[in-house]
Amino acid sequence: MSLDQSIFPEARRQIEICNACRYCEGFCAVFPAMTRQTAFADGDLTQLANLCHNCRGCYYACQYTEPHEFALNIPAALAEVRAESWERLARPQALARLFQRHGVAMAALLVLALAGFFWALAAFEPATGTGFYAYLAHGAMVAIFAPAFVLPLVLIALSLRAYWHEVGAGGLRLRRVLQAFDKAARMKNLSGGHGEGCNFEQGDRFTNRRRWLHQAVMYGFLLCFASTISGTVMHYALNWPAPYPLLSLPKLLGIPGGLMMLAGTAGLARLKLRADPALGAARVWGGEMAFILLLGAVALTGMALYAATGTALVAPLLAAHLATVLVLFVLMPFSKMVHGFYRMAALMAEAGKPAPAGGGE
Amino acid sequence: MKDWPAVFDLAVVGGGNAALCAALTAAEAGASVLILEGAPLPYRGGNSRHTRNFRCMHRAPVYPLTGSYGEDEYFNDLLLVTKGKTDESLARMVIAASEECLPWMQSHGVRFQPSLSGTLSLSRTNAFFLGGGKALVNAYYNTASDLGIKIAYDADVTHVHRDGDMITHLQATVAGQPVTVQARSYVLASGGFQADLDWLARAWGPAARNFLIRGTPYNRGTVLRDMLDQGADQVGDPTQCHAVAIDGRAPKYDGGIVTRLDCVPFSIVVNKDADRFYDEGEDVWPKRYAIWGRLVANQPDQVGYALIDAKSMGLFMPSVFPPVKADTIEDLATLMGLDPHALRRTVDTFNAACRPGPFHPTELDGLRTQGLNVPKTNWARPLDTPPFYGYQLRPGVTFTYLGLKVDARARVQTPQEPIRNLWAAGEIMAGSILGQGYLAGFGMTIGTVFGRIAGHEAASHVA
Repeated sequence: MSLDQSIFPEARRQIEICNACRYCEGFCAVFPAMTRQTAFADGDLTQLANLCHNCRGCYYACQYTEPHEFALNIPAALAEVRAESWERLARPQALARLFQRHGVAMAALLVLALAGFFWALAAFEPATGTGFYAYLAHGAMVAIFAPAFVLPLVLIALSLRAYWHEVGAGGLRLRRVLQAFDKAARMKNLSGGHGEGCNFEQGDRFTNRRRWLHQAVMYGFLLCFASTISGTVMHYALNWPAPYPLLSLPKLLGIPGGLMMLAGTAGLARLKLRADPALGAARVWGGEMAFILLLGAVALTGMALYAATGTALVAPLLAAHLATVLVLFVLMPFSKMVHGFYRMAALMAEAGKPAPAGGGE
Repeated sequence: MKDWPAVFDLAVVGGGNAALCAALTAAEAGASVLILEGAPLPYRGGNSRHTRNFRCMHRAPVYPLTGSYGEDEYFNDLLLVTKGKTDESLARMVIAASEECLPWMQSHGVRFQPSLSGTLSLSRTNAFFLGGGKALVNAYYNTASDLGIKIAYDADVTHVHRDGDMITHLQATVAGQPVTVQARSYVLASGGFQADLDWLARAWGPAARNFLIRGTPYNRGTVLRDMLDQGADQVGDPTQCHAVAIDGRAPKYDGGIVTRLDCVPFSIVVNKDADRFYDEGEDVWPKRYAIWGRLVANQPDQVGYALIDAKSMGLFMPSVFPPVKADTIEDLATLMGLDPHALRRTVDTFNAACRPGPFHPTELDGLRTQGLNVPKTNWARPLDTPPFYGYQLRPGVTFTYLGLKVDARARVQTPQEPIRNLWAAGEIMAGSILGQGYLAGFGMTIGTVFGRIAGHEAASHVA
């Protein structure tokens, strides 16, 4: 059941016109997937929407955009279905509605987390410990972050199971997983089909900026995540607690990762300001922008914390960094962060499908 | 218009593929160029925005084309559709020049894709634009803008002022304001007259008012009329237009590709009296859709009704509007405004004439009726499995044949000498080569080849 009654009928109207044209089938995976059917159930639309990367190539190439009476705006229609599906499949839905749409809510949560960490740093100052653990004991950090990381992932897993069922994806095979990772690793669906990128921030001119900036954020995030994992392994397996020197795995992974996230989020925020909001889900623009800024804040506070080693700024920067990371983790199922999970699911669902066929003029 | 020079080197009338090819070519040769596009920006590009591919000669596989497609085979394909109504030397010149168009288009921003669903039969002969014709138009406008070409939208050229063998200026309105445009050379690439229903009605007869116009409402033929009135030589049958059978519920203008209906070979088609009038299964649809426009145009009220049953649903490309659906033939007739008894009779007669046999939707299967005055010679299966579906058919006009006569240098001809500073390209002169019928993707080929020639000639003239 759709949260907004008009979203699916409007998307269906547009997709049925689109499917009678098919000029755009070279842009991305959405159009070949579309041609497999002539009638579109809600689950079909949900799958097409989650395959769509909002590159907007099809909008600028379309003969039927306004002022034409067909008034097609496929990127916006699919963005609406996509945002709706993330809200509808989230548990609890109310949190997704709140944080997807309202950047202010995310900011408020961040302020709360910040206040909480300042208080925790003051209240639970450890008697011993070095590095960060001189400010907040290792045990306390684990007690906070382990559940804040695992519980959101469990919620996302439940949502993805519902998604997989809704779109009728079938069996999960290793080949499908590998194909999906290959597509995401190269961000193939933002290539425009010709490798020159998408129509995001410069109208009908193609650029790869969004594709590259997105990869900077994605790979930067993964490097930072790997840095954390390596730190965990060193802490528990090698009995080598933080702080780590520059020439250590956590730093060698984390510093480039943080820089990539910083550059990527700054660039993506700038592109988002220049792009036409009418070609996306305008009602979640605030939440999306807040998510980009939050990712940037995670990187910025992390890098600043490293730069401030040994100074009096460590305590406030540690609080700020932990607060941004906590909000990022806690809001994974309810913010734009969830798009990565749905995207992988959609790419895996698509990977197993037969090639389209048809007839025509 | 404040930043316009007093006199342009070249003024191009029109803003579709041919106009853009002329403008880009001239600007790259150093000319200052103005494009006068009759449509507002969202509708720029004329009928090019509805196109999808161009037909390209090639000796060996070259992306995105497979195999090879030589000049003689290409010319024979043209002869088949035009039934000989073509200027062989111009046609062969266009065909030979089409080969070098592909890299030229790519270097000016056009991107191609392999032909995919439903168009595999054209993968050897036609190069498909990634995103279709509007994406091509966008790419050319961006390139034009980068080259400093001035572009006026909403620019309605009302008069091309001829003084002997020279054009002196254009009279136009730009966004409603009267403007006199002076240039040292002029290219006319403003399309045919198919959007002027009054003209169509004068040429074809009053029935033309019931035709739908598949493309741009801005091809009104104003400049074509003006030049013919001033003694330019004309080519092409002035009474004829190219029309295909499309969904009768399509918009009056600009419905484009989605209004196609591919169901005819699997249907029976009746007129408003519920009578069949032509062999629906004569050949595969890509070879027959072009004649059905005229067939429907010759029926009372210029309307037809294609009817299928549940067996045939899904055998053809989806329609843009859902079909009318009913559980009985009588109910379907009522919903479509046909006489239920008459339609019942027609269907019963047809069904009784069907014979058992293997049905192959993708090839000529020879499954034919027996004993009917209007036979169906392939895919003839009885309409007996509810629900039944119906589509209204109307003639959809794609283009007109009347045009300006040009020579191989795109110069506009007159009974005296060619006009010295005037060239024409695209649909406005295509009748020289395409006198009848249509060959998929050939309009864009003519526009690209002659657009480039016109731009080159104009730039040489002012250099």
